[in-house]
Amino acid sequence: MSGSKQRPSILDKSLSRGKTEVSLTAYALLFSEMVQYSHNRVTSVNELHNKLSELGQRVGVRMVELLFVRERNYKRETKLLNILLFVKGTLWKSLFGKEADKLDRATDDERIYYLIEKEPLVNRFISVPRDKSSINCAAFIAGIIESVLNATGFPAKVTALWHKGTTFMVKFDDTVLTRDKQLEGR
Amino acid sequence: MSRQSMRANDPKKVSGELFTLTYGSLIAQLLKDYENVDDVNRQLERMGYNIGMRLIEDFLARANPGRCYDLRDTADKIQQAFKLYLGVSPSIGSWSPGGDEFSVVLETNPMAEFVELPDHCLGLRYSNILAGVIRGACEMVQLEVMAWFIADQLKGDNVTEIRVKFVKRLEDAIPAGED
Repeated sequence: MSGSKQRPSILDKSLSRGKTEVSLTAYALLFSEMVQYSHNRVTSVNELHNKLSELGQRVGVRMVELLFVRERNYKRETKLLNILLFVKGTLWKSLFGKEADKLDRATDDERIYYLIEKEPLVNRFISVPRDKSSINCAAFIAGIIESVLNATGFPAKVTALWHKGTTFMVKFDDTVLTRDKQLEGR
Repeated sequence: MSRQSMRANDPKKVSGELFTLTYGSLIAQLLKDYENVDDVNRQLERMGYNIGMRLIEDFLARANPGRCYDLRDTADKIQQAFKLYLGVSPSIGSWSPGGDEFSVVLETNPMAEFVELPDHCLGLRYSNILAGVIRGACEMVQLEVMAWFIADQLKGDNVTEIRVKFVKRLEDAIPAGED
């Protein structure tokens, strides 16, 4: 290297292979600080969820770039079911080391899917105060899922609920279903 | 087909990428909230300090490091903690003649993967949380230290270097205050 203070471009580096690991303690403490920081800046549970979701969204868009280049040979998904399986499988494995527990479809509304994760990583160390029992820090993960779906062309709203552990409710935009039906014929 | 990473799935570990991107998202949020890199640097240090105060408990319980009798001991243990928590082995060096100051040198910085500083953020000390962690953790074992970055790969330096300076030994009688 020459002595000049030329900042290296990120594109000069080779793509990470995703094998690095850090301690769970380090992650838990970092996440806890983020929750506290967000908590100090909001007045309602809803706002807190939005803040955490916003934090997650920035992680999600980057995972899309990373995973489709590294794991999927640059090929994006076009089918609704496939992108959901991608979230449940590939995305979950790279983030949490395992697949999500279950993927369900709502019986009464075809736009709604449920992704069930009994014990999400980010909730493992969070105790929820009794008077605010609807707080769910998995809103962070909901944000990740939402931005992954949005960035791959499946606009959706994702919320984290307390149901069978934690359930992420994915509600797709109408346009997504219309398009998926058109694709079916081919 | 897809190349899945074969992680051993150690329950005590999490993906480094999740960690890096989560931290990056926090930085982005702070930059948005404060709009001033100096305030962000300060806030990061403070968060690190809070983390350090709690992290030391885990470190003492897990690594059973014993007491530090001098600053060289402390430096060794900081090195050990980096290995345990971030999976990197920094080197310790550049001792001051008086033996009260040393550097923690990181060849790779796990906080800063995927990161490129835009030009208007050159004043940002991206990994400043680490300086706070060191200060907070040391304070809990009655060592007042100062920690700050003197080199950063994100700013074109060859390594990332944190300087740690011993200030004083804290007496038992003084309760460690919250921030």
